Amino acid sequence: MREGTMDALLLVEDIHKRYGKEEVLKGVSFQLQKGETKVIIGPSGTGKSTLLRCINRLTEPDRGRVWLEGVEVTSRKVDINRIRAQIGFVFQDFNLFTHLAALDNVRLGPMRVLGMRRDQATKLAREELARVGLAGKEDAFPAQLSGGQQQRVSIARALAMNPKLILFDEPTSALDPELIGEVLEVMIQLAKDGMTMIVVTHEMGFARSVADEIIFMEKGVIVEQGPPAQLFSAPRHPRTAEFLSKITELYGETEG
Amino acid sequence: MEFFLKLGQVGQHLPMLMRASVVNLELLGALLVIGFLIGTLVALLQVYGGRVLSTGASVYEWVFRSIPALVLLFLFYYGPSHFGLDIQSFLAASLALGFRSSAYQSQIFRGAIQAIPSGQMMAARALGMSKLSAIRHVILPQAFRLAIPGWSNEYSSVVKDTTLAYAVTLNEIMRYAKTIMDRQYDLAMATFIVVALVFLVFTYSGNALLGLVERRFRIPGLQMPGATGAVL
Amino acid sequence: MSGFYFEWSFLPKLAQGLLLTVEITGACIAFGFVLGVLLALGRVYGGRLISIPCGIYIHFFRGTPLLTQLFIVYFGLPNWGIQLSAFLSGVLALGLNTAAYQAEYFRGAIQAVKRGQMMAARSLGMSRIQAIRSVILPQAFRIVIPSWSNELILMLKYSSIVYSIALLDLMGMGKRIAARNFNYFEVFVVVALFYLVLVLALSQSLRWLERRVRVPGLGAPGLR
Ligand SMILES: Nc1ncnc2c1ncn2[C@@H]1O[C@H](COP(=O)(O)OP(=O)(O)OP(=O)(O)O)[C@@H](O)[C@H]1O
Ligand SMILES: [Mg+2]
Repeated sequence: MREGTMDALLLVEDIHKRYGKEEVLKGVSFQLQKGETKVIIGPSGTGKSTLLRCINRLTEPDRGRVWLEGVEVTSRKVDINRIRAQIGFVFQDFNLFTHLAALDNVRLGPMRVLGMRRDQATKLAREELARVGLAGKEDAFPAQLSGGQQQRVSIARALAMNPKLILFDEPTSALDPELIGEVLEVMIQLAKDGMTMIVVTHEMGFARSVADEIIFMEKGVIVEQGPPAQLFSAPRHPRTAEFLSKITELYGETEG
Repeated sequence: MEFFLKLGQVGQHLPMLMRASVVNLELLGALLVIGFLIGTLVALLQVYGGRVLSTGASVYEWVFRSIPALVLLFLFYYGPSHFGLDIQSFLAASLALGFRSSAYQSQIFRGAIQAIPSGQMMAARALGMSKLSAIRHVILPQAFRLAIPGWSNEYSSVVKDTTLAYAVTLNEIMRYAKTIMDRQYDLAMATFIVVALVFLVFTYSGNALLGLVERRFRIPGLQMPGATGAVL
Repeated sequence: MSGFYFEWSFLPKLAQGLLLTVEITGACIAFGFVLGVLLALGRVYGGRLISIPCGIYIHFFRGTPLLTQLFIVYFGLPNWGIQLSAFLSGVLALGLNTAAYQAEYFRGAIQAVKRGQMMAARSLGMSRIQAIRSVILPQAFRIVIPSWSNELILMLKYSSIVYSIALLDLMGMGKRIAARNFNYFEVFVVVALFYLVLVLALSQSLRWLERRVRVPGLGAPGLR
């Protein structure tokens, strides 16, 4: 382990990933402290989703290493399912289990992965659903919920595993504009409560107000990273400035 | 007119015909169970097995789909005795038709599994579920529901194919019908018409039952892509 | 335990049986094709008076065992004074059966042809029948090829059923050879191989045919 990284919750080191001829990630490194919220921004096709998936090895990186609290996630010997149970993942298109009602979606992980008793898992699932503002929707199937509600169920599903950190991959990109706010609100509250999070998003308002640090990625590398105030007011790299002005033009600065 | 008289005469044999038809239903149950278990396994191997396993499963499927049911029946009935083993005709028929059905069922299940968006597996794995656990708790519950219509077709087809076990001396309904005819040749038409009607009942009541099952287990938003029907 | 001794001198006999299998399959498919198209047209375009009987026919033949149908034709019809040769009985029963299945495929295909096609044809001044003949059916036939190919292969396998009325097709010939020498296992392994090769050859040629007659933009939406 490296010097100065002992206290990092997550350490990502020199991740490379190639699909065919195209190298999607060309050596990405960063670290994340406990309780920190990091926002990753960057143009489409830059490898942001790939990077998130490399962290819990939903995608196997070609090279590089990841540590979670000093345990090497990328080690061949590690039981990856145990690691994944500690890392929440929220998908752009929710991926709620189609055949399960909201309550069952949330308690499946605790029961099947953590071995929690049914009554305990049920209680927990109800609490998590209430926490994301969905008390009363326990019996609704995903298709019976709005996009915003589905995404909140999927956040509850992640929370029920009591994860050490949660990875969000563009959690509001598939939502109608009027539904974005309810999801961002939940995420802001999570950040306030001290949850450790990495969020890929185009929501600059959220990034500005919630992120402890913003990473700007382009073409498989980190171009620039720093606290939001610095990135927004005095970007060091011209590409960062260019991207930020373009993105605010495109998405506005809706606050969560 | 005369035909209805004959039908009346066959009516006297009806209790025995129905008793013989129970053998068909028993065979149907056995072959469907065998076909279901092996078919599920073969489909899973085809989708999730490595190169070798999925190729093996596909070859299995192709062979059992390509050989006529009657030839399979003969192979399973006479094959074991070739190796010094005795086999009852019921067991031979269950295995022959069961393996054959497994090849057709695997195709149905494979289609259903492949119709499930890849995000479902990914979300399950992201929770830390093992591949097997994800298959069991996320993929199969959805796949089986999606497979019901295709499975109804398979049911319709194999319920009738149970009559082929006649060829390996199983005392099912066709064999019994034939003995009625052998005793009284002028009853042939009436007898086989009655048998046909019995199967119409089996086919349509089975399909109605499966329709009920499908509705009972239907889940909003879970359907084959391209399928029509309200989402809610 | 015994080894695998197949008397290779039986091969010509089996080839002879294979020929009959091909003949019966070809004949019943052709018969079923004609009847199936008529039934499908009756279902789609016929009024109630035509459509309902066609429907009953289709339900009866799809809902009852082929073996029963064969016995009705071969053993049953003579009760009514209609005596057919075994060959004709086989072709007739298989043909009546496959007609019902083909009718359903054709019906699906006809209904998959876009509605505008009929309207366009009528707007050119074609009669309904002309439009069906020269616009709807040519498209429906192309759409139906995949399911029709399946049906053809299915009938090739089901034609083995005619052994039960003493015809010497591949199956019947195998049975006869096996019964004489009491070597069922060996003979039926070889018979199975014959069928495997036959099915493979047929499905490959059908795939080739499918590519030959493909028309760009004409697929089968939701129909396989
Ligand atoms: N499974 C895969 N197979 C092949 N190529 C892939 C795969 N996944 C991603 N890619 C490619 O890798 C590149 C990066 O994809 P990625 O989804 O990580 O980008 P992104 O930054 O998340 O973009 P977006 O903002 O559109 O979500 C893209 O060019 C994509 O086409
Ligand atoms: Mg992405």
